[in-house]
Amino acid sequence: MSGKRSTFSNRIGISYVSKSDMRKPSSPGKGLISRKPLIKIRRVFRRTVLVYVILISGFAATMTSFAQDRFPKPEFETDYQQPLTTTPEPRSQAWEYVDVFLLVTALSLASYFALKTRSRRSLFILMIFSLAYFGFIRRGCVCSVGATQNIALALADSSYLLPVAVVAFFIFPLIFTLFFGRTFCAAVCPLGAVQDIISYKKTKLPAWLSQVLGLLPYLYLGLAVLFAASGSAFIICQYDPFVSIFRLSGNFTLILISGVFLVMSVFVARPYCRFLCPYGVLLGWMSRLSRRHVTITPDDCVQCRLCEDVCPVDAILKPTPEKAPETRAQGTRRLAIMLILLPAMIIAGGWAVSRLDGILSRVHPRVRLAEQILKEDAGIVRETTVESRTYRSQGKTVEDLIQEAMTIRKDYQKGGWYLGGFLGLVFFGKLYGLSVRRKRTDYVPDRSSCLSCGRCFLYCPKERVRLKNKTEGR
Amino acid sequence: MKNDNHDENRIKRRDFLRDGFRTLSALGLGGVAGLLVSKSRSKNTVWQIDPHICVQCERCATYCVLNPSAVKCVHAYDVCGYCELCGGYHQPDAQELDTAAENQLCPTGAIKRTYIEDPFYEYTIDEETCIGCAKCVKGCNAFGNGSLYLQVRHDRCLNCNECAIAKVCPSGAFRRVPADSPYILKGKQGSL
Repeated sequence: MSGKRSTFSNRIGISYVSKSDMRKPSSPGKGLISRKPLIKIRRVFRRTVLVYVILISGFAATMTSFAQDRFPKPEFETDYQQPLTTTPEPRSQAWEYVDVFLLVTALSLASYFALKTRSRRSLFILMIFSLAYFGFIRRGCVCSVGATQNIALALADSSYLLPVAVVAFFIFPLIFTLFFGRTFCAAVCPLGAVQDIISYKKTKLPAWLSQVLGLLPYLYLGLAVLFAASGSAFIICQYDPFVSIFRLSGNFTLILISGVFLVMSVFVARPYCRFLCPYGVLLGWMSRLSRRHVTITPDDCVQCRLCEDVCPVDAILKPTPEKAPETRAQGTRRLAIMLILLPAMIIAGGWAVSRLDGILSRVHPRVRLAEQILKEDAGIVRETTVESRTYRSQGKTVEDLIQEAMTIRKDYQKGGWYLGGFLGLVFFGKLYGLSVRRKRTDYVPDRSSCLSCGRCFLYCPKERVRLKNKTEGR
Repeated sequence: MKNDNHDENRIKRRDFLRDGFRTLSALGLGGVAGLLVSKSRSKNTVWQIDPHICVQCERCATYCVLNPSAVKCVHAYDVCGYCELCGGYHQPDAQELDTAAENQLCPTGAIKRTYIEDPFYEYTIDEETCIGCAKCVKGCNAFGNGSLYLQVRHDRCLNCNECAIAKVCPSGAFRRVPADSPYILKGKQGSL
């Protein structure tokens, strides 16, 4: 029993040493042992306890572990049973398969509605389902758009644990697009669904503006892959336009982004899909090669251009005016320019972006930490940060950190060449696309930017007649 | 006549190219998918805090996309020393070791104590009120056995692709763990 008491005084001692020695003991509280006989003991203990605390904290700092078992478990006189720490289970793994199953089902239905039944109404209903399930129920995570980053990180870092469900969310929409066009965008993607449902007015943007803004997704994709592969950040998730709506909570930046995109979506159809979505770039490539694609009408076009007016994303290409074909000399000259331009633009882009390694690598937290610690050591900044204090307390050397930061920066230099080369190629592709004039006699959807939303179906007079005949035929 | 023929060939050539590229893309996608699936694991992963690395910076309370945070304080009862002045429950300079709010460390009063026997109390955390600020964890580590620690509670966590707290965690205590062992517990439960 006496041994037990001395442990208490020890405990009280520790707590008081940590604060002030000056305070006179107040009247004993409820359940507190009378402190008067303990004052002497406390004085004796004070110094030893102080040493003890310093030793413990020193030990804790070097071992980065906690001084557990400072006090042994008391011997309870009652039959007190210690409860267990509760461990609520995460969402069951089975739900992951349900998600993937629903994704594939939704993709199949969207393709069926867009290509076979050609029904905007069915697409709209499916869109509401996708918004409800992939958006509000699944809280927008994992989405196919964000999965791009997981894939990039998994390809760059073999130690990264990649769940199969994420692979499925990345691959299935691409495969479906390769066969049926961007039906994923039409009615499966919850981000697209939000914008599509609230789209009220179609503002036709000037061609030059939509061409320039249309380059942004490539830049966004390139940066997202670079940052993800280098393990710096998942920027697509950080600046997700609607995830704060799906979760009904979020930080200020996310809510601001959501607000801006919501207001924009009312007047300009699907601004995120067209001018930012990085996954849309990949889908666009697949859609160009797609085996089948949405048609405005399976019948002959009468060139009434009503579809062009109704298309919310300006994805309908006009028939080209009759023009004399270019001469052989012109063609040769164009080919020569292109052949010189292609490598020049790739190399120039790569060189330019690789020079930005200093700025870009600062996205990586370790590089920022290294800079902070160097600044602290050089006396440039007085204030230490939580990060720098933590790093120093972990007992690692500054040299290690600088070495690590330099390695990351080198990775960025290399990654910069890839990113710049990619952007150079994209610019070249854009220039080439603008310089080539394909011959078209009818109004046709542009395969890469058409989102298969199905709005044009009912605006086509030929399609109306066809549908009428079809229903009467039955 | 020759011109028409030429046009027809052009269209055929374009279709041929598209078919070829499509086949290549399909093979490429299949290859990438195969590679990724072979690398990936069928088990999902969830975020968790390693309590042995955590430095109680208090960011868990404010950076989570949920409000209040999905990070809560938990108690390893078998590690608890049942201190009379509980470093996690009482202010270090508490005048009285009672349940008065001014003597409590927790800003939301989320730690409840129940009387066991003189002078021991059992401390439990009310997760509805806990905001995951780690003030009690810091106190318990400084003065006690370190039986209070932070954990991501999976009945609340949304398992975001990029955890907003992990992004700002100064010690790197956040990491993804397999979903079938989703906690990093202290005490006997942790070593099981």
